[in-house]
Amino acid sequence: MHKLLQDRPGEKIMLLGNEAIARGAVEAGVAFATTYPGTPSSEISLNLFQMSQESDLYFEYSTNEKVALEVAAAAANSGLRTFCMMKHVGLNVAADPLMTLAYVGVTGGMVILSADDPAMFSSQNEQDNRYYAKFGNLPMMEPSSVAEAKDMIKDAFDLSESLKQPVLLRTTTRINHSNAFVTFGEIKPRNTKGRFERDPHRCVTVPAVSRGLHVKVLEKMKTAARLSDDSSYNFVQGKGPLGIITNGVSFYYAADAVKDLKLTDRAKILRLGFSNPLPRKMIADFLAGCEKVLVVEEGEPFMEEAVKAIAQEQGITIPIKGKSDDLFSRLFEYDPAMVREKMAAFFSVPYTPKTVVDTSDVPEIPMRPPNLCSGCSHRATFYEVKQAAKGMDVICPNDIGCYTLGFLPPLSTGDFVICMGSSVSSSCGFSKATDQKVVSFIGDSTFFHSGITGLVNAVFNHHNFTLVILENDITAMTGHQPHPGVDMERFGLSGYGRINIEQLVRAIGVGHVSIIKPFKVQKSIDTIKEALAFKGVSVIISQEPCALYAKSLKLKKIRPFMVSDKCVDHRDCITTIACPSFYLDKDNRVAIDANTCVGCAVCAQICPENAIRPLKQ
Amino acid sequence: METTRLIIVAVGGQGNLLASKVLGEAALIAGVPVRMSEIHGMAQRGGVVESAMVFGDAESSIISDGEADILLGFEPAETLRALNRCSKDTRVITNTAPVPPFTVSVGLGTYPDVEEIKQLIKAKTAGLVAIDAMSLAREAGSPMSVNIVLLGALIQTGALGFDRKDVEEAIKRRVKPAFLDVNLKAFDMGFNAAANA
Ligand code: SF4
Ligand code: SF4
Repeated sequence: MHKLLQDRPGEKIMLLGNEAIARGAVEAGVAFATTYPGTPSSEISLNLFQMSQESDLYFEYSTNEKVALEVAAAAANSGLRTFCMMKHVGLNVAADPLMTLAYVGVTGGMVILSADDPAMFSSQNEQDNRYYAKFGNLPMMEPSSVAEAKDMIKDAFDLSESLKQPVLLRTTTRINHSNAFVTFGEIKPRNTKGRFERDPHRCVTVPAVSRGLHVKVLEKMKTAARLSDDSSYNFVQGKGPLGIITNGVSFYYAADAVKDLKLTDRAKILRLGFSNPLPRKMIADFLAGCEKVLVVEEGEPFMEEAVKAIAQEQGITIPIKGKSDDLFSRLFEYDPAMVREKMAAFFSVPYTPKTVVDTSDVPEIPMRPPNLCSGCSHRATFYEVKQAAKGMDVICPNDIGCYTLGFLPPLSTGDFVICMGSSVSSSCGFSKATDQKVVSFIGDSTFFHSGITGLVNAVFNHHNFTLVILENDITAMTGHQPHPGVDMERFGLSGYGRINIEQLVRAIGVGHVSIIKPFKVQKSIDTIKEALAFKGVSVIISQEPCALYAKSLKLKKIRPFMVSDKCVDHRDCITTIACPSFYLDKDNRVAIDANTCVGCAVCAQICPENAIRPLKQ
Repeated sequence: METTRLIIVAVGGQGNLLASKVLGEAALIAGVPVRMSEIHGMAQRGGVVESAMVFGDAESSIISDGEADILLGFEPAETLRALNRCSKDTRVITNTAPVPPFTVSVGLGTYPDVEEIKQLIKAKTAGLVAIDAMSLAREAGSPMSVNIVLLGALIQTGALGFDRKDVEEAIKRRVKPAFLDVNLKAFDMGFNAAANA
């Protein structure tokens, strides 16, 4: 049985934040869950996916976050407890349904989880999604710890059901990817049979209906504001004239700082866990009992600005500070020492930070950037496109996935990346705005996510570029999740459809479609050259399973390669494809690590001396 | 209760996440509160993996620069890179077997001299235990047990205040049965190596 399905209330177990959240959803009786995978949220969905195979919980990997939210919105309007999770930028994709779903509301409890990524450990920006709650009129909750996240999601479902409004649960990477002990609670029975009751004056958002709905949503938020003022997730800890207002993980940094600075008798903390609408009365009372207030929140001054506005309304003139040049930053994540230092400065208490050892005489340590795996088919494709486009002035828009790493030398392929799907649409723009040749790259999962509409645009508006679709049969980057082009029997699952990318691309009307097998180097280069010569939209589909996934599934027998004494040591292999299996042996000659080489044979084909050959076993 | 802050740095694939889970389990057995945080986004693509573990009364789950009480490094250059997490009071335990970054393996960068790494760390911190965990892991029966060899060394130093019995019990709970014997042996070898280091 899946470890998160065990019905053993009271048992203490160490869980990753994301596992705790998945467990919390199960304890809450969630019946329906949808997602598009994205770090730092991916393990939540992975666990729900696994559990759905052992229970009557419905789970799906949807094509993208907008689709996921719309699928979930229907389930939640059929009375089911519904959970939709995504990374922060995913909520941008889902923003369209989000804003109006807030008007329509739900009949079953619905929680939308946004996993924010301050410091951008694995994201393209660090936007603060608390603003979506305010913008969209959604009640919002924010846990400060792994254990709290598990319990909070249950209350978020109750709250959603009582208000008939989706609730936003906002986490940050340090919750999602922390481990802590949590205690299993009881698992509420799931109601998996929904029924939709027609209610066009709520569910059909023509202007005449929506005008009424906007009034209603504001009323709901008034009720939510009262609930926020009474919520046990908003609480004051400690006492004294110095005030700290904080949320999320910063709460613990602040609590530790109060202790470390020996401020326990002089400072109190207002922790806000139900943070939209903010508990205005509670904040006003708190301010009234303080001489000065420090707001500690990562990201934007979301609470700080609201707190200052409340103070203004109340005629309270004490100093309230958070983000400023000499205090907290809007950049990156916070840490305990930083919070301690700023707090000491603001409250004028002595503090000597620990002295970090002097590292000025430490020799330069070579960096260890992430790299495409040994035998990754993307490396071969990038190499072949570079060869085929030699001498051309090319722009290479790239997209989001493992293959984004293609921008690193020596492949150096990737010139413009802003969001999922942007490779295709930006190619449209580059090809019109410049005379340069445009060759763009997108993974299969990302193509399904948001590349298709760009391609339709390209055909309709008659653009001129080559799109390479990297079809490696999996969503690799986030930990090998399925997508609509995947054979689900590999997951041991039946009853799924499977979309054929080639047929889809042809059906769109792309003028030139070709398939390459990237491990056949010369043949691929020839095919790519033809595609590049085509005037109009051409698509190359590069088909080869993700090497890491293939290895884990033992899809192929691996025959590693070796460098023979024919090698003349010009190191072309290293300077052109740089597979991580290459190394220099003790005689300083190129060698291949047989433990990591997956035998793709690409290096053997590019070696002009034919010095690389299979290692005889 | 005293707070002890431990940072573990490793290269993707060296098994530091299992190591921190074992320590977490040991903390549960010993009744010590623990919180831990890990960054493992690009681990599978050969990057650096770091876990922070806070034992005792503090509530934060991450560790600021200069504030690690113990630094456990699975790879010598990564241990050196993490020196900014240390103060002069930090105790350091490191593997001495390098896993060269790709640039170094192909002659495009230089790997710092391991003796120099050891000297630098020793001079700047409260003490260094350096063992060749890779050879020991091989001797124990699997290069994959390098993480547990290093746990053995960590426990021997007493820096964490854990009883070795508790950690061995945690290994039994967390390691797959087929690999248990190798790992218990690896733990023992790391423990002894640190005693003689
Ligand atoms: S996980 Fe797959 S797609 Fe990603 S770098 Fe490795 S082989 Fe390539
Ligand atoms: S065959 Fe060559 S390119 Fe392919 S994985 Fe092995 S060393 Fe790397």
